[in-house]
Amino acid sequence: MTPFARKRLTRIALNAAGLLVFLFAVFPVYWMVSTSFKANDQIFTTDFIPFPTHFTVEHVDRVLSEGVAGNSIWLYMRNSAIVALGTVLIGAALALLAATAIARFTFRGRTSFLILLLIVQMIPAEALLIPLFLNVKRLGLYDQLLGLIVINVGLTLPFGIWMLRTFVAAVPRSLEEAAWIDGASRMTTFWRVLFPLVAPGLVATSIFSFITAWNELIFALILMSDSSGYTMPVALQFFFGQRGTDWGAIMAGSTMMTIPVVAFFLVVQRRMVSGLVAGAVKG
Amino acid sequence: MTNTSTVARGGDSFPAPGRRRHAPQRPAKARGLSPRAVPYVLLAPGLLVIAGLLLYPLGQMIFISFQKVGIPQINGKKPATWEGWDNYTRVLDNEIFWSSLRNTLVFAAITVTLTLVLGTAVGTLLNRLGKKMSTFVVIGIMSAWAVPPVAQGVIWRWLFDADAGMINWALNLLPDGLSELLFGRSDWTGEPWLNDAFTIYLVLIVCVLWSSFPFVAVSVLAGLRGIPAELYEAARVDGATPWRIFRKITFPLLKPVFSVLTILSIIWDFKVFSQLYVLMGGPNNREAFNLSLFSFAEAFRSPPKMGVGAAIAVILTLILLVVTAVYIRQIVKTEDLR
Repeated sequence: MTPFARKRLTRIALNAAGLLVFLFAVFPVYWMVSTSFKANDQIFTTDFIPFPTHFTVEHVDRVLSEGVAGNSIWLYMRNSAIVALGTVLIGAALALLAATAIARFTFRGRTSFLILLLIVQMIPAEALLIPLFLNVKRLGLYDQLLGLIVINVGLTLPFGIWMLRTFVAAVPRSLEEAAWIDGASRMTTFWRVLFPLVAPGLVATSIFSFITAWNELIFALILMSDSSGYTMPVALQFFFGQRGTDWGAIMAGSTMMTIPVVAFFLVVQRRMVSGLVAGAVKG
Repeated sequence: MTNTSTVARGGDSFPAPGRRRHAPQRPAKARGLSPRAVPYVLLAPGLLVIAGLLLYPLGQMIFISFQKVGIPQINGKKPATWEGWDNYTRVLDNEIFWSSLRNTLVFAAITVTLTLVLGTAVGTLLNRLGKKMSTFVVIGIMSAWAVPPVAQGVIWRWLFDADAGMINWALNLLPDGLSELLFGRSDWTGEPWLNDAFTIYLVLIVCVLWSSFPFVAVSVLAGLRGIPAELYEAARVDGATPWRIFRKITFPLLKPVFSVLTILSIIWDFKVFSQLYVLMGGPNNREAFNLSLFSFAEAFRSPPKMGVGAAIAVILTLILLVVTAVYIRQIVKTEDLR
């Protein structure tokens, strides 16, 4: 075999392997989406039906009108969106302040605070479940979306600060110094110089918090007893009925829950990975 | 722009700990805020949230693990009674605890290993693909990573469905002889995967592996791209084999990445909850519990035994902290916490 032919063969083998990985990753997602558009006779069959040849939106219709557990899926989507957006708005403000403090100032206790951030990220949510449940009940936030927002802020904040601080640190100090020399106040410098440059990082961090809150199951499960307060992850559990599972409906619901997250994710994936392994790569 | 800054407002709405603890200076207006107090004022709100929502509850949990907390105590009808180590002895005497511990450890060991191996393999593959192809594959695998855990559970529960699931259909495609040889059976129609603890965990491993290898792959890819090409050229000129190149160049240079990925995977796989919850359809199959679900079930299934649940959670947290102490040291060492 000529070296040229061998190179080509390697190329083809590599691309084939890449395609295989792609299919393994994407097929389950595709299967969810395609099932939600299949008619029931194509769902409940022992045959393999790759495409919905009887394309139908009846399942989507049904989850929107009939819904599950007494409410339309819209309500649960809305609840999830309220919780996730509330978490992001509060969390982003807090994280920005703290990240600025860490990245722009040297002060006593700074290292301790960073180590604290690392340690609290290890605490499993299950460990906080019982005390937070009791506290939320005591504070009268039980069965309220606000209670979930507060808890999600707590769960996402340590990582948010951790991730955002690298974005703040990446902005050259000399820009702010130039603004100070020109007579700008500390606040003007912050809003006019630092903030615009950190904004992309803030967006990435916010999306991460959004996704975490959007996906959160365990607290939503115990803090919401009334079905009108369920979030999507909780509502999806109710499709698994006693009379057999309505797979078309649950796939339509899962698809609706998944699509916004995947879209967000693809936008920021590169930044997110670098945030998660920050430090390790350059070490 | 007015000068009533967010700094001042932040200081006003969270006055007590921020100032009392860190800033001996007089509470100040924005303009007069001493430069030394600024970082503490900025930090105060975040620190308050972390203290109130994470650290304080953590302490409470330890406290509760020594108490009896049932329905009357939850409703405030009766005060919680001190039980000493009773909850812990009760947990350790329960065989479900030991099966949960075994499930947690074995599942984490297998899944972490598989995730790292597959992720590294895919990362190396991506590094050798052309630009367009690698972007294409990255987008594909990242969409698997992005799927919410609950939806992951739903998807794999459907793929492994007894009657209409794809997996049983695919296994039926195997030539009967081969299937007989490998599994001792040829007809897979109606095979229920999600009734038995062992097969539930098989499905869970596939599900978690599927959703977590992309992160490893993309991190390894990022690390590989940072290695100067000259190193590889030099090695190739010296006639090194690919395996030797991986062992002598790639692995040592990526070691920090691998250790962080290992610890992150351990943390994530130790506390897997949503996927398992969906696959087994709620906290019903006691043999298939892991520690997270066991704690959850003891505390929130009636009759609620919050003290016992807290004791399990304490044990889980201790295991995690021991494991992650290594990780924290690693980060402190490499990062210098700048």
